[in-house]
Amino acid sequence: MFRSNVLVCGGTGCTSSNSEQIIEKLNEEIKAQGLDKEVNVIRTGCFGLCALGPIMVVYPEGAFYSRVTPEDVPEIVSEHLLKGRIVTRLLYQETVVDENTTKSLNETKFYAKQMRIALRNCGVINPELIDEYIAQDGYAALGKVLTEMTPQQVIQTMLDSGLRGRGGAGFPTGLKWKFAAANQADQKYACCNADEGDPGAFMDRSVLEGDPHSVLEAMAIAGYAIGASQGYIYIRAEYPIAVKRLQIAINQAREYGLLGKNIFDSGFDFDIDIRLGAGAFVCGEETALMTSIEGKRGEPRVRPPFPALKGLFGKPTVLNNVETYANIPQIILKGADWFRSIGTEKSPGTKVFALGGKITNTGLVEVPMGTTLREVVEDIGGGVPDGHTFKAAQTGGPSGGCIPASLIDTPIDYDNLIAIGSMMGSGGLIVMDETTCMVDIAKFFLEFTVDESCGKCTPCRVGTKRLLEILDKITKGNGTLEDIDKLEELCYYIKENSLCGLGQTAPNPVLSTLKYYRDEYEAHVTEHRCPAGACKALTNFHIEADKCKGCTLCARNCPVGAISGKVKEAHVIDTEKCIKCGVCMEKCKFNAVVKK
Amino acid sequence: MKSLAELQAIRDKARASVNIRENAGAETRVLVGMATCGIAAGARPVLNAFVEEVAKRGLKDTMVTQTGCIGICQYEPVVEVVTPGKEKVTYVKMTAEKAVRVVNDHLVNGNVVTEYTIGANAIGAK
Repeated sequence: MFRSNVLVCGGTGCTSSNSEQIIEKLNEEIKAQGLDKEVNVIRTGCFGLCALGPIMVVYPEGAFYSRVTPEDVPEIVSEHLLKGRIVTRLLYQETVVDENTTKSLNETKFYAKQMRIALRNCGVINPELIDEYIAQDGYAALGKVLTEMTPQQVIQTMLDSGLRGRGGAGFPTGLKWKFAAANQADQKYACCNADEGDPGAFMDRSVLEGDPHSVLEAMAIAGYAIGASQGYIYIRAEYPIAVKRLQIAINQAREYGLLGKNIFDSGFDFDIDIRLGAGAFVCGEETALMTSIEGKRGEPRVRPPFPALKGLFGKPTVLNNVETYANIPQIILKGADWFRSIGTEKSPGTKVFALGGKITNTGLVEVPMGTTLREVVEDIGGGVPDGHTFKAAQTGGPSGGCIPASLIDTPIDYDNLIAIGSMMGSGGLIVMDETTCMVDIAKFFLEFTVDESCGKCTPCRVGTKRLLEILDKITKGNGTLEDIDKLEELCYYIKENSLCGLGQTAPNPVLSTLKYYRDEYEAHVTEHRCPAGACKALTNFHIEADKCKGCTLCARNCPVGAISGKVKEAHVIDTEKCIKCGVCMEKCKFNAVVKK
Repeated sequence: MKSLAELQAIRDKARASVNIRENAGAETRVLVGMATCGIAAGARPVLNAFVEEVAKRGLKDTMVTQTGCIGICQYEPVVEVVTPGKEKVTYVKMTAEKAVRVVNDHLVNGNVVTEYTIGANAIGAK
């Protein structure tokens, strides 16, 4: 029996800031102090508060240490683990009430408004030990389904729950299963889409890293419901930790007979294999994904026929997203009514968001549907840092759109987001402040889609390229008002004529920024001015003579020698030489350097 | 995996190691003095005995943790049992064997083991 558990985050975020070395050092120190039979070190999945990583939580006290370094480890071991004195200086400061009192994590602003269903085991269990998943009622849902329910009852439960696909489009999961179950075939497949490609989105990765068994269990449930005996997880090779933990999980599940032949003595066979994607964004589109699993070039095909009729290898297939699957065991165990009681009427349940961009608490949050954007950004996310103001949030990545500050009180669910010209998408939520130029953002996403367009259909291949060219022209100050109209027209053309979801949604970032920030586009064109000061070609640095003290700090730091002036006299920037790097503005102590 | 009973058996066994992560807000807290004086007097076997016994008894609402020196070093190992709404009980000169009895009598059955408390052991007390 271990008297203390030390949980260290082993998600990708914390791993990249040295959590592996911390674990190594911990084990070393614990051994040196002779505590190795008393203290258990566990590598978990993501806790969500990635901005404060590497994260370490020590139980039974529940002490939440943030930004731990390997150098801090000896102190934690000798003070906390040996002598029971919590190292207050390393605690997440919001949990510190006074010198002797801490509050629990669930009372902090970041966690208080969250509700964790898909992420329930992330940061709680060791994802590489199937026993810990079973301890959290893991595989009990599969057991219940196989011993007590018919496939029709499972599908009915999914229909009743109202669960919608978390991959972005929000199609009812139960309906998908119902269609696939109705089609007769000698072989069917239940697959998982783990090809998470949106820039800034990492919730699927975190679920797979923190709780891989929940996805395996749900896939087996899907297999039973539709009559499939084989599953594939399509995951990108760029997620090495997730791939490794999935493989470990599959091996352990096979060993326990939770995958394989005759599971729970019910006569039901199901096995899962991993297929690695090479990182093409288009392979997140369901038909392209299946083409890729078949071993062909990852290109989409025309729908219908839908995968439920003719999917992988031409057989009926169900393809669900990682987060969708992660919800399913809980729905089976707790019932459709429980799930319906969370969230909104048309979008029951919760949604995981990956918070990024100009926000204090970068990380992973799970909130009930219907939570307002304000609560997510201000309360949970801790607001926009450095005294800047919230301008907009981008949801849905390159397929989505922006939500302007004026709509910050919109309750987030599938239908509300579509109504305001954005979309749920897979859950990336990028926060922007007043220094972000909306034309530039649209250009950023178009650069991405131009790169990622597979080239099969012309509207997407050529259309997105032309969109990008026009946007580039505008950000350089060479655009005309006709360009803006052409841009808009081309957007609708691409949306209506593209073959797959990639092209059909690629113009969304342009359309939504045009909808809410047309004035910014026009300022670029008519006044040759970037209101946010982000477009380099349209921005010049100036020194305000009355504020300049002549301290020479800017001139000494300018990498190209563009600043001249005598000591104690106002300096001047030579705009011809200036490369607009912004160093002078950063260095100036008197705020004399301004962007115009 | 052939039956739900088999799954349940694995679950029950694994619960013990996971429980500790959910008890941060537990009602009853057992605090074992683990400052230098406590460790020197043998507090570690006492702490481990509490952990083992609490797990064995499946006491879900009890957290066993450490604390520092409370200033009565001659009575170490010192163990305090804190239950909200009740007076704090301080056990002194503890051993692993005594720990087992405290868990069974005090934590399970609610009977304070008076003879181990500081009141019964204070200098001059008979």
